[in-house]
Amino acid sequence: MWLGKLSLNAIPFDQPIPLVAGGVVFLVLLAVIAWIIIRGHLPYLWHEWITSVDHKRIGVMYTILGLVMLLRGFVDAIMMRSQQALAFRAPGYLPPEHYDQVFSAHGTIMIFFAAMPLMIGLMNFAVPLQLGVRDVAFPTFNSTSFWLTATGALLVNISLVIGEFSRAMWLPYPPLSELRYSPGVGVDYYLWSLQIAGVGTLLTGINFVTTILKIRAPGMSYLRMPVFCWTALAANLLIIAAFPVLTATLGMLLLDRYLGFHFFTNAGGGNMMMFVNLIWAWGHPEVYILVLPAFGVFSEVIATFSGKPLFGYRSMVAATMAICLISFLVWLHHFFTMGAGGDVNGVFGIATAIIAVPTGVKIFNWMFTMYGGRIRFTTPMLWALGFTVTFVIGGMTGVLLSVPPADFLVHNSLFLVAHFHNVIIAGVLFGAFAGITYWFPKAFGFRLHEGWGKAAFWFSFAGFYVTFVPLYAVGLLGMTRRLQTYDVAAWRPWVLAAGVGILVLCIALACQVMQFIVSIRQRESLRDVTGDPWNGRSLEWSTASPPPAFNYAVLPNVQGEEPYWEIKRRAIETQQLVAEPDYKSIEMPRNSPTGFITAFFCTITGFALIWHIWWLVGLGLFGAYVVFVWFAWRDREEQIIPADEVARVDRARRRVREQWLAQNAREQWLAAHAETGEPA
Amino acid sequence: MEKSAAEARDNTRGGGLLLAVRRVGVVLGAATLGGCARGVLQPKGPIGGADAKILLDAVGIMSAIVVPTIVALVAIGFWFRASNTRARYQPSFVYSGRLEIIVWSIPILVIMFLGGLTWIGAHELDPYQPIASSSKAPPLNVQVISLDWKWLFIYPQQRIASVNELEIPAGTPVHFYLTSASVMNQFFVPQLGSMIATMNGMRTQLYLQANHAGNYYGLSAQYSGDGFSGMHFVVHAVPSSDFQRWITAAQQSGPVLDRNGYFDLLRPSCDVGPFTYRDADPGLFDAVVDRSLPPGPGPFVGRAGPGVRPVGCG
Repeated sequence: MWLGKLSLNAIPFDQPIPLVAGGVVFLVLLAVIAWIIIRGHLPYLWHEWITSVDHKRIGVMYTILGLVMLLRGFVDAIMMRSQQALAFRAPGYLPPEHYDQVFSAHGTIMIFFAAMPLMIGLMNFAVPLQLGVRDVAFPTFNSTSFWLTATGALLVNISLVIGEFSRAMWLPYPPLSELRYSPGVGVDYYLWSLQIAGVGTLLTGINFVTTILKIRAPGMSYLRMPVFCWTALAANLLIIAAFPVLTATLGMLLLDRYLGFHFFTNAGGGNMMMFVNLIWAWGHPEVYILVLPAFGVFSEVIATFSGKPLFGYRSMVAATMAICLISFLVWLHHFFTMGAGGDVNGVFGIATAIIAVPTGVKIFNWMFTMYGGRIRFTTPMLWALGFTVTFVIGGMTGVLLSVPPADFLVHNSLFLVAHFHNVIIAGVLFGAFAGITYWFPKAFGFRLHEGWGKAAFWFSFAGFYVTFVPLYAVGLLGMTRRLQTYDVAAWRPWVLAAGVGILVLCIALACQVMQFIVSIRQRESLRDVTGDPWNGRSLEWSTASPPPAFNYAVLPNVQGEEPYWEIKRRAIETQQLVAEPDYKSIEMPRNSPTGFITAFFCTITGFALIWHIWWLVGLGLFGAYVVFVWFAWRDREEQIIPADEVARVDRARRRVREQWLAQNAREQWLAAHAETGEPA
Repeated sequence: MEKSAAEARDNTRGGGLLLAVRRVGVVLGAATLGGCARGVLQPKGPIGGADAKILLDAVGIMSAIVVPTIVALVAIGFWFRASNTRARYQPSFVYSGRLEIIVWSIPILVIMFLGGLTWIGAHELDPYQPIASSSKAPPLNVQVISLDWKWLFIYPQQRIASVNELEIPAGTPVHFYLTSASVMNQFFVPQLGSMIATMNGMRTQLYLQANHAGNYYGLSAQYSGDGFSGMHFVVHAVPSSDFQRWITAAQQSGPVLDRNGYFDLLRPSCDVGPFTYRDADPGLFDAVVDRSLPPGPGPFVGRAGPGVRPVGCG
């Protein structure tokens, strides 16, 4: 057979919902591509974005991917909540074989293709700027990482219209995910999507650890790095340590499914408990990979909008690295109910609770950062405040779940579901929105509309509680997760309440979309000409908005923990900027289509593997290898930006800063210090 | 039944403060969840009672620090708003050794306290621990097998079995041995307490007890495939005399649970109504655990072929 398992039957004509949804997405995609080609935007898109190795562009593309997939995952969430609202003693509108795909896809998409790209996008954009450098260590790797992640996301979405997605949960526990109990292509879609995207994530980890350890501006010692860089370092160390475990574990499951191995099967001496241990040895660090960069964002946002340096900087660094370490010692708390015994459960329970210590320290330090501050309630600051209050509750229920006898009552219940949404929404998602609104003016040169941003925050905040407090309650009533239908009357009011909550979250989503539309339409009035719209403290605010491709005309010389605050203070004291430097030409990495073309062949390979089209697998692998060889033998790696051009760009920035200095600075500074009596 | 294990534990541990916190918790729980609710905070047996007690104790301990923290966060955020001219701006307040010590000590102390609770709880309420009951009767043995997608309960001494209903004598500890015929499930009766996993080729154990007669909802707490939602059952806790009557009746009616009967049951089926078997093979459970019987066959063929989109419930 030339097409392996693929035939016309693979298209789910009998399941109108995914077919129509997938069809609409496909048509919209087609329309967008057609519009781009007809309007002649393709060359611009190709040269400036698709082949770009600029960390800022890649960061923006990661963020857009994350937001689009967040939308997809949210649609799944709406379907789950509405199904449960309808399915009291009734079948609802989603049959099990579809509902099971929906919740599996929801978890997979939200973690791997929404939360991860959002966090990696923010790190990509901000870390090199904050370190005062021009790019990451391996720029072409970076582009490849992004496109491989996009490949995974594409494969997950293809499963909507060709075949099916996994019905074996977001972590495919064997033996359910083995060939015997999941003979369909769904689990294969899941596995190959994550294997391909996982390679991209691992490359990101290597790239960022190298960047942070080896490439920093002169004077930027470890203990002068902004906390966001520290959390990025911790998260990427975790990626390097944890993602190979994921790849190996999924690889073993693939061997079981494709080559008849018996790692996790019922027969042949396999043991599914190995999978459960291994997947959580990756899975628990994964939640810290997500939340640590978010902690970093909140640290930046709270310090900036409180008008104060971060309280207890060294404590924050220590807490971050402590979390990084302990997160590897707690994985067993995900399966206390497998009967490991009192000693094992006790040790892992206590280890889990210990993570609450550095996390608690962080909360207190954010609190003391605000103490004595002059807090401006901008949109990013609202997200940060909403986070602190909500995350404390999620942390409490998390520690509760680490107590084995309590876990015996609520394991796998909707209480658990409410807990991890409490920490992931309040932590990661609020962090992503805080980061996006905070760095948006830096990326695009204009601020986001505050009114719509604040509306989005308040509806998200309220919607979160209306959705998940009922789920906590119904979990305590014994309702387990992933039920397609149920017949317990006591659960129903809570399920309906959660359904109302998701409607509130829909409004929040609409506000988010409006925020972007209105901001783009009103961009002239929201324009940031100073490069420093928030009165920031770290280096990224010292360059123009948007920054030039080379970020800094001259690498800054860092002399303290808050370099830009120090530069501004000195400029105001002396009433002049530092002397104009001697501009030199700058070498920047050349754009390269390597990442995109590699990902193209990986998409083909992944699709062919899922459908057992072996000749196409060979073709895809061969193509990817050829691209790699072609890239390795390239002659010109870099392009030169001449000194004149650098000088022109930087002089424009200096003119703006001189105006700022002359017009605003002195009176602002004096006003700020007049009340406190401190010398200006 | 003079004194439940939970009450016995009550007397050996737990100060007055915790007791008070727990009472508040119970009242709050009852108030928010409604009187007719049948959740884990309305336990009907010693294990569930002790689990719930630890859950509420932990909430109490943590609330002591979490609630003030939330209040302080909101209050500090509000007071130091930029527009408040009465708030003192202290941009140099960035480090305080004393505060650092407090900031690290508070969570450490809470976690040390909670760690003790965790350690003791993990041992005392280990599901394999027999229930210290003063009841004269020895524990009732029940073997549990999760299948696609129903529960089989075998009473080896009585040589009967039931599907999707569990009859137990009230006030007597029940010793469960559990396994799975196919994929993983979790056996869970919320009001009786601790859940435990069922896994193919492995045997787990669990002790539960219902203090009073009543009907308690039970379910699988681990997604196991298309028919998972139908894997619920009712636990009938009845007085011993009624239990004996039920045994006698079951021994005289229903189909026979031999190997062939088991193979019929092994095939995937959804939303199976309760029924009983007579003459249940007492070696069946061990044969499933040691894998001398084959595991469940997996889902049916779907419209697009078995290798593309299989359908579980046919």
